[in-house]
Amino acid sequence: MRRKVFAVVLVLTAVFLFLFWLANHFVFRELATISPPRDVHVDSRTFAAAFLVGLAMFATLFLGVVLAVFLTIGVVSGDAERGLLQPLVVRPVGRATLLLSRFLGAALVCVTYVLSVYFIAMSITGVTGHWWPDRIVWPGVELAGGVLVVIALSLLGSVVLSSTANGIAVFMLFGSGLVAGLLGSIGHALNSHSIKHASTIASWALPFEALYQDGLRMITENTSGLTGFLLQLGPFGGAYVHGWPIRVWAAVYLVLVLAAAIGAFNRKNL
Amino acid sequence: MHALKGVDLEVGEGELFGLLGPNGAGKSTLVKIAVGLVRQTNGSAEVAGARAGSRAARAELGYLAELFRFPGWYTANEVLELHQRLARSSGGVAERRRLLDLVALSDAAGRRVDGMSKGMQQRLGIAQALVGEPRLLLLDEPTSALDPVGRRTVRLLLEDLRNRGVSVLLNSHLLSEVELVCDRVAILLAGEVVAAGTPAELARPRGVELETDEGVRLVEGATREDAARLVAEAVAAGRQVYGVRVLTSTLEETYLEAVGGETD
Repeated sequence: MRRKVFAVVLVLTAVFLFLFWLANHFVFRELATISPPRDVHVDSRTFAAAFLVGLAMFATLFLGVVLAVFLTIGVVSGDAERGLLQPLVVRPVGRATLLLSRFLGAALVCVTYVLSVYFIAMSITGVTGHWWPDRIVWPGVELAGGVLVVIALSLLGSVVLSSTANGIAVFMLFGSGLVAGLLGSIGHALNSHSIKHASTIASWALPFEALYQDGLRMITENTSGLTGFLLQLGPFGGAYVHGWPIRVWAAVYLVLVLAAAIGAFNRKNL
Repeated sequence: MHALKGVDLEVGEGELFGLLGPNGAGKSTLVKIAVGLVRQTNGSAEVAGARAGSRAARAELGYLAELFRFPGWYTANEVLELHQRLARSSGGVAERRRLLDLVALSDAAGRRVDGMSKGMQQRLGIAQALVGEPRLLLLDEPTSALDPVGRRTVRLLLEDLRNRGVSVLLNSHLLSEVELVCDRVAILLAGEVVAAGTPAELARPRGVELETDEGVRLVEGATREDAARLVAEAVAAGRQVYGVRVLTSTLEETYLEAVGGETD
């Protein structure tokens, strides 16, 4: 089953990258024919390219999360129901080691995948549109970090929920995070304290979203003026909760979730 | 509600111990407590002197679950190799070859689990349980998917293990099989032991059947010790004795009596 998931993900990724190249090709071809009014100081190439890279980051995160969830959705409850887990758990190696091995296995696959897709997508925009993000490596690292947090949440869910319930729960958390991020952008555009506050809480509660937003922020970190302002208003504008505090918190959060998963797994009757 | 209550059992070294009981009696729960899959709320369980479920206890046992599965893309050899690593067994290729040979799967070493019949998978499960030469083997319905030849293979294997000093806790619905191989048997009902002893102890005497020229007569309550006297009495009374048979209840009859006719 997992092999089929790999095949589906690889095919979908290839399709996505092809479509992304197509989008880049047409956008930058059209861009050559567009000239904004002289009194509007917008760098249309930066605007279009940053928007496309932001879109690619969203798609990369989404595909990475899909892969992460399907690799870990039933690691405990699902495998126990199918009888795959019991022969392993009774061995002297221990439950914590087993769970951490599964985490590391999924992490290796997903991080490799996310970084590959991110750098390929960024290179497509770079080569086609002759534009490169202000920060190249860090956004990819943060995307991968976001997926690691999702893997840990999915592992925790697999201890306490059935596979189906876990899949639904993780995707709902993921969706909630995305909505909270968009709400944050709207809140800042409207200068609504309530929405900004809610978005900030969501960023700390679901740091994978905050890492993604921070990555978005960094691709146009040095872009200022009207171009930067317009990008901030868009769906790929980037974070309002950002920097080292959220990165450190995401690392602590990851450790806490893994510890909770191991604790729950150690107490679980199989 | 208690899954088990007041259960006090001990499996000795080199002993083959059978657990019987209807579904829901607590047999699998008992086995799961011993291997550390389930944590008991009260009481204690030990394996080879270590707390059940501890690393030390798990290092001494082999386990075959009632419902188990191996990854379908693994070959038989790879399954055993994985379990060798998990059990920290240094047996290597020789151990894998020996175990596959023991369960009659030598020819299927390179075959994927997906391509195996249920019976082959069950035999592979038994081989997996034997990785690392465990001192205690816990088998939950090990022959449920086997044909008569496969069952015989397993029965001979269990007898061989007993001869080598391995203790076996066998959880089975197949009474005839338990009667054939087990040294001692316990019957569980609603989480409690309702009968325990050797198969011979559990098989109660039903009388002695005497066949004479007057016909067949059952002397109820008579035992093996009474048989000679009954024959002598019949001969002294001028009867022609053609045969004498000591009747005992089978384990199945004892079981049905113990569980009060409860069915699965």
